[in-house]
Amino acid sequence: MILSEQDLTALWVTIKLASVSTLVLLIIGTPIAWWLSRSQWRFKFIIEAIIALPLILPPTVLGFYLLISLGPNGPIGGLVNLLGGAPLAFTFTGLVIGSVFYSMPFVVQPLQNAFTSIGSRPLEVAATLRASPLDRFFTIVVPMAKPGFITASVLGFAHTLGEFGVVLMIGGNIPGSTQVASIAIYDHVEALEYGQAHWLAGSLLLLSFLLLVVVYGANRRYTVAQP
Amino acid sequence: MSIALRFNIQRDAFTLNIDTVIPENGVTAIFGPSGSGKTTLLRAIAGLEYTEDGYLKVGDILWQDNKTFLPTHQRKVGYVFQEPSLFSHLTVAANINYGLKRSKSPTSQDGLQQALDLLGIEHLLERMPWQLSGGEQQRVAIARALATNPSMLLLDEPLAALGDEQKAAILPYLESVYKTLDIPVLYVSHSRNEVARLANHCLLLDTGELKACGPISELFTALDLPLARQANAESIIEALMSSYDEKYGLATLVFSGGQFSVASKPLPLNANVRLQVLARDVSITLKQQINTSILNIIPVTIDQMVKENNAQMTVRLIADGTVLLCKISCKSVDDLQLKPGDKVFAQVKTAAILI
Repeated sequence: MILSEQDLTALWVTIKLASVSTLVLLIIGTPIAWWLSRSQWRFKFIIEAIIALPLILPPTVLGFYLLISLGPNGPIGGLVNLLGGAPLAFTFTGLVIGSVFYSMPFVVQPLQNAFTSIGSRPLEVAATLRASPLDRFFTIVVPMAKPGFITASVLGFAHTLGEFGVVLMIGGNIPGSTQVASIAIYDHVEALEYGQAHWLAGSLLLLSFLLLVVVYGANRRYTVAQP
Repeated sequence: MSIALRFNIQRDAFTLNIDTVIPENGVTAIFGPSGSGKTTLLRAIAGLEYTEDGYLKVGDILWQDNKTFLPTHQRKVGYVFQEPSLFSHLTVAANINYGLKRSKSPTSQDGLQQALDLLGIEHLLERMPWQLSGGEQQRVAIARALATNPSMLLLDEPLAALGDEQKAAILPYLESVYKTLDIPVLYVSHSRNEVARLANHCLLLDTGELKACGPISELFTALDLPLARQANAESIIEALMSSYDEKYGLATLVFSGGQFSVASKPLPLNANVRLQVLARDVSITLKQQINTSILNIIPVTIDQMVKENNAQMTVRLIADGTVLLCKISCKSVDDLQLKPGDKVFAQVKTAAILI
């Protein structure tokens, strides 16, 4: 076995984390992106800035604040505590919450761009053809924004794969539950296990590359199909 | 099904203020210069333009008042937008089906087939929108709107985005669709020729105000409206085909007040035709001329006269209910001592058959 059992587990936790986070992000991010693309609210830019914050904020800063708010005395942790739940810091659920904040701009921005480029005309046409608002969203917006959804999913997934600072701050490094591949690589390097670091790093490199090939390939197919 | 409407719409630098009733049948043109509020009016009727102060009753169904605002998808309209707006991710057939399967009372299979035939798009059904020309896309858009079996058809300059050739190619399709429909058609246009060809009634808009409304033969010839005062003023006459002279290729067309011989291809007997007579092709003579090359001379009464400038005058002539406009020189008016009420003869050099 080239990858140790612990490495495989770390890889599995990473992929699970990225998948769950992407799913949550699509569910939360789609209405946010839709609202951002349609709203005429004059202070909309403030929300846009907040969503874009993780792009420039050092992950340790984001992680630090998340750690505070997820902790038993923080707003999120306190609420969970009040409802009888277990503390979220140093758990997989905590990691998902962190990743959702961390990767939000990578999902919301492509979706927002895709929604904006559709414009209002196709929706007006659908309305005159008796389609209700929800019907219009699923039969017109979703298919027309398909490239945007593919880009958003893959970027959200890939960005979560590479997460390091946030996970380190709020997840600790518990093998089998919160140890992800990027941190496992760091541990290997610290222990001078370069061989194992190579295999794990190579796996992540290949996975990320394949994902980006899918994104660019899909976008190319859509632009070629509609000259 | 008549349409009673009252809208008061304020937008940045623009106000639309209109209160009128649109006749139940036939094509009503919404005519006016750019920025006069034509499109806004159409969008308000479809519910695409939200208005707090508005009233709209179609037949005996209230679509909008101070308390009610039926959203667009609950209004039984067929809407054709200015630029072709087919759904780019759906085939032509799926575009047409989109409204068909959502309508509570869609058009029958026969009705749909008739629309496909009238618009000549049956061979396009499997294609994607980007494989169609602009004119074909608009024909599909019209079929898609008709498939929902609407209570009214709203067309927002459907030919504006097309070139002259495509325009000429689609007009006959539009005419045949209008002739077979028994719902009100509202047609936004700033092209006087399209209105002359297609419309029965007309709403004349200018800077958001309704200037006049009525049958186009009246609106085109009312001297207190701008249409009759333009250099290319025209009269529209509805006539009936009564006989055809094979030898000279002349159709005899009868209307209240007289008859005209017009060069034309053979037409079916008793066909309804619409004649266009340009005001500058009409002259006045006091006595009926003989030995003249002009075929069409009818007795008329001078109704009104308006001086356009020092040289030219527009004269409104009536022949038993039919109105003819005529542009003549002021000198002729003085020489012949013409005044309202005089019985004279109108000589018509050419009349064109529009449809």
